[in-house]
Amino acid sequence: MKINSPLDAYKYLPGTNCGRCGEDTCMAFASHLIDRSKSAEDCLPMVEEDKYAKKLEELEKLLAPEIREVTIGTGEKSVTIGGDDVLFRHKLTFFNKTAYAYDVTDTMDDKELEERINTIQTFKKFYVGEFLTLDMVAVRCVSGKPETFADTVKKVIGLTELPLVLCSFDTAVLKAALEVAADKKPLMYAANQENWKEVAGLAKEYEVPVTLFTPNDLDLLKSMAKTFAEMGIEELVLDPGTFPTGKEMKTTFENFLKIRRAGIGGDGEVAYPIMAVPLTAWMAYDDDVSASYWETVVASVLTVKYGDIMIMHSIEPYALLPEMHLRDTIYTDPRKPVTVDPGVWEVGSPTADSPIIVTTNFALTYYTVESDISSNKIDCYIVVADTEGIGVEAAVAGGQLTADKIKKTLENAKFDLKEKTSYNTVILPGLSARLQGDVEDKVGSKVLIGPADSGRLPGWLEKNWPPQDK
Amino acid sequence: MSDKLKLSDLNSILKDLDVESLEGVTIEGDIELDIQGGGGMNPAMAYALGHEAAQISLHVANIARMLGYPVDQLFAQCLGAGGETAALQAEPAIEELMQAKFDVARSSEWNTPIQEVTLGATSADGGSRGHTITLGGEKAMPFYFDAEMPNRNYVTMDVFDMPISMAKSVKSNYEDVMGDPAEWAKKVVNEYNADMVTIHLISTDPLINDTPAKEAAKVVEDVLQAVNVPIVIGGSGNPQKDPEVLEKAAEVAEGERALLASASLNLDYERVAKAATDYGHAVLSWTQLEINAQKELNRKLMKQCNVPRDSIVMDPTTAALGYGLDYAYSNMERIRLSALMGDDELNFPMSSGTTNAWGARESWMKESPLKEDSDWGPREYRGPIWEIVTGLSLALAGNDMFMMMHPTSVQVLKEITQTLYGNIEAKTPDITNWITAEV
Repeated sequence: MKINSPLDAYKYLPGTNCGRCGEDTCMAFASHLIDRSKSAEDCLPMVEEDKYAKKLEELEKLLAPEIREVTIGTGEKSVTIGGDDVLFRHKLTFFNKTAYAYDVTDTMDDKELEERINTIQTFKKFYVGEFLTLDMVAVRCVSGKPETFADTVKKVIGLTELPLVLCSFDTAVLKAALEVAADKKPLMYAANQENWKEVAGLAKEYEVPVTLFTPNDLDLLKSMAKTFAEMGIEELVLDPGTFPTGKEMKTTFENFLKIRRAGIGGDGEVAYPIMAVPLTAWMAYDDDVSASYWETVVASVLTVKYGDIMIMHSIEPYALLPEMHLRDTIYTDPRKPVTVDPGVWEVGSPTADSPIIVTTNFALTYYTVESDISSNKIDCYIVVADTEGIGVEAAVAGGQLTADKIKKTLENAKFDLKEKTSYNTVILPGLSARLQGDVEDKVGSKVLIGPADSGRLPGWLEKNWPPQDK
Repeated sequence: MSDKLKLSDLNSILKDLDVESLEGVTIEGDIELDIQGGGGMNPAMAYALGHEAAQISLHVANIARMLGYPVDQLFAQCLGAGGETAALQAEPAIEELMQAKFDVARSSEWNTPIQEVTLGATSADGGSRGHTITLGGEKAMPFYFDAEMPNRNYVTMDVFDMPISMAKSVKSNYEDVMGDPAEWAKKVVNEYNADMVTIHLISTDPLINDTPAKEAAKVVEDVLQAVNVPIVIGGSGNPQKDPEVLEKAAEVAEGERALLASASLNLDYERVAKAATDYGHAVLSWTQLEINAQKELNRKLMKQCNVPRDSIVMDPTTAALGYGLDYAYSNMERIRLSALMGDDELNFPMSSGTTNAWGARESWMKESPLKEDSDWGPREYRGPIWEIVTGLSLALAGNDMFMMMHPTSVQVLKEITQTLYGNIEAKTPDITNWITAEV
């Protein structure tokens, strides 16, 4: 983005404060343009009235992210990568989380292909109110035969809606695959020093995004990107090579840093999304567990520092789970609130006999407890204490979760335990056991110490609820 | 450029060539030619078109020749080397890569190196450690090309003064030494390649065993006898008891330059700081995910307690992967960036309680408690990688020292951080043709 203050954006707006964008004033709208929570097209007068057309165009140019956005695939499952404006997430946020593609080859038999693709497209992990999932399938041509590859690509399209990366350096192979897949807008991988002319031709002909692969040669990478842009091909992804081990891996890491710093810094010729191929870890390690581990490690490094799309091989849960969580970690918007509202909340349809479970207002803690309870269809009350967004263990150590806080939460919610519940008993998280005496004194209720992890609440409740002595 | 080449066009071309007329001549077959698109033409397409055009030219030339016209001579004169008619020339495809030189500046904002802190003392300095370890000294973000990183990352492995509950895949490594902290320390150093050892005196917690501080200090002596690496001394986390426990431990470890863990705002940090300065140790300044609290505590340690700058390490708190690592990561990254840009209240090496990763249910639970989740796979593999990824991401945020538990995690974290540090010699595979690799 070429501007960074709401005033700079405001100059281009109608200034009528019409409110059609949902904001009271054009200035408020301008500040949302700068934090990228709204786009210029949300200003309807500018879109509708010709007299604003030129300003709209200028404004959009100023607001365009430094790193070009590239969209791969079509429909709901399509992924957009790139679009970043900062080098450190706390300066704004990172946009368009890294797209994770997992490989299949054209030498797999039908059964293997189908099983792998099903794992890739169905893998999911619940996290803070939603599911983490995987994004893409990379089809590698190992056979060397255009027909075989095209045939596999056709099968893959039949099996999944996920966007594809078509991988070969042989232009006849790429062409054959594009013949059957171009309308799905796959990412072509890749143009290199030898085949770039032909690949450029294919990118033009089939109108698909394309990756430029120049292992550890940034001059060549820039040179190719510049040439492709000159030819009108601007949906580019840059792959400076992922060397998985040794000093070359250090260089790979530095290449990622350099490309992104240059791009954010205004060098438009390299301001494209970057691709990593942690799969190369499998070329360095023989046994599956070591290779999987190292691949996850390489993927982690390059997810944290600027990889926008990557191709991986391991679909073992112990590789996928940390990869997905780390990506979520880096791409979570740091500006969004981390807390839920304190209070006494109902899960299911609790009655006077239902358990009363205490937890913190850290969003993650709350959603974890809530999902553990609701997915097991338990009716209960959750007492959400205001711990300033800190989890149980740290809040107990830091004094943000105390008997007073719990008492205050109940009082503010006008939730009288003696009046509204049969047992006058609260359940404290296992990690806050040391608060037991204090809570008994201050809240005036009985206290049970629950399990340290809410995942064990269902089993624990079966044994301990309702409480023995009424 | 015209999109279609029709016979009439050929006619006019021929006119340019001074052929008067083609009347009375019929050409069999349809030679209407579509040229798609106006932009850069792909080379294969251009070739095909060229071929077609040449065929047509030949065809027409043959007609002219039949009419007795000196075609060949004329072609040589009028068309030059190209051999194609002007109307048929595609937008020129780029034949050579445009020259470009990649260049990016080194950061000019990072002008203040991180304070170096040395832990451990050898006999030359009045201690009994085999070597010392120096943390910090960075002049850039970790592993960046802007400036060489003077010291690598170090791992200190956890040892407890009593058996504790821990994840199954961690516990299986320590069952034989769980009752003996000295043996435990030996094991992590000799078998698991720990750079340092942290002895946690958790039995001193009044809610656990309430072990007297003096007795706990003996365990510290045992550990110092058992291994010769620098050590970290940790309390139980009880804010009332810890100052006393750390005082006694600091006393018995006098001269060894240990790291006392920790001073925090919720306890009498002055006592902990004094124990460090009195007996020549460094102090761990621990705050909870809050950059301003970290500044405040560091300031108090320096100004109010007179702890020298070379004796402060920070622990800004590690939240596990999936459990707030985003805050821990950005908190550390912000601290390190501020420090490099000259904030002298944040300009210290950092330590991470990476062991916290074992609190994440993904690291230890046998399977997901949620039916909707995909299978989580074997926890024996899930746990160590959870600890690795937690630590690794913080290494990239600027963390210098890692407190860890699982031997596999330690090994892999050391391998990757030292790879990025540039310390690992390995023959990397040739990735030029990775697409066809058998994996």
